[in-house]
Amino acid sequence: MSYLDITIKDSVAILTLDKPGEKVNTLDESMMEEFSSFLDKLEKDSELKGAVLISGKENNFIAGADIEMFKARETAEELEQLSKNGHAILNKIETSSKPFVVAIHGSCMGGGLELSLACDYRIATNHSKTMMALPEVKLGVIPGTGGTQRLPRLIGIQKALGYMLTGGNIFAKKAKHIGLVDELIHKDALEEAAIKAVHKLSGSNSFKRKDKRSLVEKVLEGNPVGRSIIFSQAKKKTLVQTKGNYPAPLMILDAVKYGYQKGLQKGLENETRLFGKAGATSESRALVNLFFGITDAKRNPLADNIKPISTIGILGAGLMGSGITDVSINKAGYSVLLKDQTVEAAAKGEQVIWNALNQKVKKRIITPFERDRLSSKVTGTDSYESFEKADVVIEAVFEDLELKQRIVAQVEKATGDHCIFASNTSSLPISEIAKGAKRPENIIGMHYFSPVQKMPLLEIITTPQTADWVTATAYEIGVKQGKTVIVVNDGPGFYTTRILAPYMNEALLLLEEGASIEFLDKIMKKFGYPVGPMALLDEVGMDVGAHVGETMAPVFNARGGKSSTKAKELIDAGYRGRKNTKGMYSYSGKKKEVNAEVYSFFGGTSRTNPDTETAQLRMALMTVNEAAYCLEENILKSPTDGDLGAILGLGFPPFTGGPFRYLDQVGIQSTVDRLNEFTEKFGPRFKPASILTEYAKEGKRFYATD
Amino acid sequence: MNTPKEYPFIPVLVDGIRIPFLKSGTNYYNLMAYDLGRMAIQGLLVRSDLALESIDRVIMGNVIQEVRTSNVARESALGAGIPNTVPAFTTSMACISSNQAITSGVDLIRSGQAKIILAAGTETMSDIPVRFKKKFRQNVLAARKYKSPIEFLKVFKGLGVKDFLPELPAIAEFSTGETMGQSADRMSARFGASRKDQDEFAMRSHHLAAKATNEGLLDQEIITAKIPPKFNIVEHDNGFRDDTTLEKLGKLRPAFVKPHGTITAGNASFLTDGASACFIMEEQTALSLGLTPKAYLREYNYVSQDPGEELLLGPAYATPKVLDSMELTLENIDVFELHEAFAGQVLSVLNALDSDDFAKKSLNRDKKVGLIPMDKLNTLGGSLSLGHPFGATGVRLVTTAANRLQREDGKYALVSACAAGGQGHAIILERYEVK
Repeated sequence: MSYLDITIKDSVAILTLDKPGEKVNTLDESMMEEFSSFLDKLEKDSELKGAVLISGKENNFIAGADIEMFKARETAEELEQLSKNGHAILNKIETSSKPFVVAIHGSCMGGGLELSLACDYRIATNHSKTMMALPEVKLGVIPGTGGTQRLPRLIGIQKALGYMLTGGNIFAKKAKHIGLVDELIHKDALEEAAIKAVHKLSGSNSFKRKDKRSLVEKVLEGNPVGRSIIFSQAKKKTLVQTKGNYPAPLMILDAVKYGYQKGLQKGLENETRLFGKAGATSESRALVNLFFGITDAKRNPLADNIKPISTIGILGAGLMGSGITDVSINKAGYSVLLKDQTVEAAAKGEQVIWNALNQKVKKRIITPFERDRLSSKVTGTDSYESFEKADVVIEAVFEDLELKQRIVAQVEKATGDHCIFASNTSSLPISEIAKGAKRPENIIGMHYFSPVQKMPLLEIITTPQTADWVTATAYEIGVKQGKTVIVVNDGPGFYTTRILAPYMNEALLLLEEGASIEFLDKIMKKFGYPVGPMALLDEVGMDVGAHVGETMAPVFNARGGKSSTKAKELIDAGYRGRKNTKGMYSYSGKKKEVNAEVYSFFGGTSRTNPDTETAQLRMALMTVNEAAYCLEENILKSPTDGDLGAILGLGFPPFTGGPFRYLDQVGIQSTVDRLNEFTEKFGPRFKPASILTEYAKEGKRFYATD
Repeated sequence: MNTPKEYPFIPVLVDGIRIPFLKSGTNYYNLMAYDLGRMAIQGLLVRSDLALESIDRVIMGNVIQEVRTSNVARESALGAGIPNTVPAFTTSMACISSNQAITSGVDLIRSGQAKIILAAGTETMSDIPVRFKKKFRQNVLAARKYKSPIEFLKVFKGLGVKDFLPELPAIAEFSTGETMGQSADRMSARFGASRKDQDEFAMRSHHLAAKATNEGLLDQEIITAKIPPKFNIVEHDNGFRDDTTLEKLGKLRPAFVKPHGTITAGNASFLTDGASACFIMEEQTALSLGLTPKAYLREYNYVSQDPGEELLLGPAYATPKVLDSMELTLENIDVFELHEAFAGQVLSVLNALDSDDFAKKSLNRDKKVGLIPMDKLNTLGGSLSLGHPFGATGVRLVTTAANRLQREDGKYALVSACAAGGQGHAIILERYEVK
């Protein structure tokens, strides 16, 4: 079986890309070889006027380079060579005497788009599945087959930088509008249009592409002074966003800038060098591993045990309940019975869904009819009527054990034996909730993160009684809802809440010791968290924070921990966080401002900030050490789950690769040393988990390779 | 005493619901008939665990067409999440449009062409199509061929100020030009329904509707409407008046025939928005799905007369005919559900049925059909008080009749209704006994 299928139509070679045995095409070495030998033939064959590149896959052109190729190459030199090989072929296409037309339907990502850029003419389908992007930055690398040079020359520097620095998608209409593609056509006429384009390009009338840039863009980008302004502005903005933690965006800027200073040829050569350099960074390695972790997690390990799901009952129509409803209908296509105590409250949940859909209508992403059809999948109710048709019930009610146990009994009465009961608790042990249940084997934890529509993680918690089919089906629901799923064992706070609680506790202790609110947030953002601990406490709500603290305290206190009681005191005084606009920050004004009133609970308004690095590590190592405890106590089944959970659920800095990759990277011994040092200085809560001391002693690591 | 006709496949009513019927211009004001129909279908679907692709047909009654959704059954079905592989069609037969939806389903089941039918009805009177005058319409349509901007000026050529005034549709017979109210007023006089009788009947309807609502007797068939974009909740009909009295009704002036007419706004049905939906299935199919039917749908008929003289007298013809077809008499019927277009129209039908003279002259019978006992008639209110969204009333009547049969432990129910065009309909339901 070969990757390329070559047929001749109308004196045009049609190259159909169809990677054997795969759902999508990815660029790999075998494809490049086949391509290279075709190029030689094309030049020699005088009968052929040109070539069309088209995909044999459904809704996919090329998903990008085969990332497995990265795995096999570790050093910058190896990666640079890989990039050079790609360049050689693309340069051949670009300089070929015969026209190359690329016919794009479906996703056209990374190397796929770079290949398209090297062709003479691009036709795309006006289909919702057709989208283009250079997402390399998300893997900590830079476009490595000419993207940094050809894209800005085609659509303009500023637009190209925007797309390359964010890795954002470009949909068909937009692509045409900015001149990335030359023509749009409906799917079934794509090949025909591409053949015609070859004839047009090989004919006597030479094709001249119109510059689609705005006047301002043309003026600014057309001279070295304007360009240097663009680059310096972009660099400033990038540094603000990355806090210096991610090298790839700056390398992209460098690559583009260099190409404009020294010309295309030198620019291309420089790109291969920078690509190698970026690919060898630990940040890139961590992000690539994260990518593999997420991809693997999309595969249900218990796929044989899945039972069909069509209707979900969701209890509680608040923020959590409506969020779960949203992904259940929009992503998974399930029907939802959304129950709350009153019809009015349930209808508010329906309204949230409708409003979100209506926003899409306003942006012309969907039609009003599509909004109606999707919102019809949710029915708000105040009773368990019709719940006998529910295949799973997910409760998102108050964090109160007795209430949840009562609800288990109600749900068991209202539903059939096949119905799964899932609790969206963030800290209560599932086995406690299942106590007294008639069907404890049907009970499982499905811990979603707020806002559910945006947060990518689902933490599934199983008890020793949970049946395999229940776990398998819950996993499937998560994947259908677009979530990355980890499965952990039951215990107070399971995994994510358990590693978050001591981190937050440490932040509160630092606040008690005199640090300022903005200092703590600033240094943790610098460390790589998307949100600082103080702002996070406001987001989740002081009440939730206090409740988690209370639930978890026994676990930590048993190890000699020191629990801050300040969150509880703050709620009692009426500070609940963003919910009531009063928390660590005040949200009543237009701007979020530090709420100085809060300092009266933490020793007054005069603050003295501690050493930055010590403070950062005191907080971060709390999470890292607790993650190790979770692995040691078998709450976690693998370090990969631990890394995914910390990054996707809590925002642990992605470039580190997660707590376990971080340990491997920094060194387990040095972390143990640091923890011992902290134990002496700040108390026994820093005592390293025994798995860490053991690994350090034996020189073991959590992952075989970086 | 009677032998039901033998059909290889027997249709049963499994469940029926409606959204609250609301006075036009109130809460459903911003919605299309499509939206109301969608809400009703969704409400019905939520109550069952049916695999939606097993539905054979969606049939929906509707009278006043919105041009954007001319086959409103299809649009409502798709919008409610019914798979696009389920065909849908709209029936239009004035006030008995959704009766026609039901009986079309009955026919499909009896003939073995379908097992599961979703029959429904929808209507909004809040947004009836207002048109331009004909001349202006013609000019606008001609403009589709124009090319240059100057040519478009021709749109206004030959038009007077009057031609720009909008044109409202009237509820008048096309064939006679008479409004329904005028016709009913004349019929009331002919059958001796006095103003006082009519006011009393109207008051009875309002009081019964209020009582039924307060006692929760309609809860089984009404689902809560949640109206976007604010998702305000409506749980009950809003047209009935608990506090209406003969004195208040007596003060109203005649609405159609002035000054001596007897029909007023108080004893006529009001403009209403609403929708209803029900599941009709072949008996064995319903049982195999584990469902408990409410009633058998037995014999039915449609009749029609002179739209001038006997516009709304259909039930007086349809009733004896349907009873005869099952060898039943009025005494065998435990539940009567008659559509109430006007109090005078219902009383005219009742009087006609109880008249030997009418029986001889019009029905070709020796003796009168008989008296329908008031304690069995429309005991939960009727169209006068609950409201009358044209296309949705039929499913309401049949659903209410079936629920009453179950609750009141009756055997047979008779549903009958009149419609514009001088047409009428009757159907017999038989209570489903769980075997």
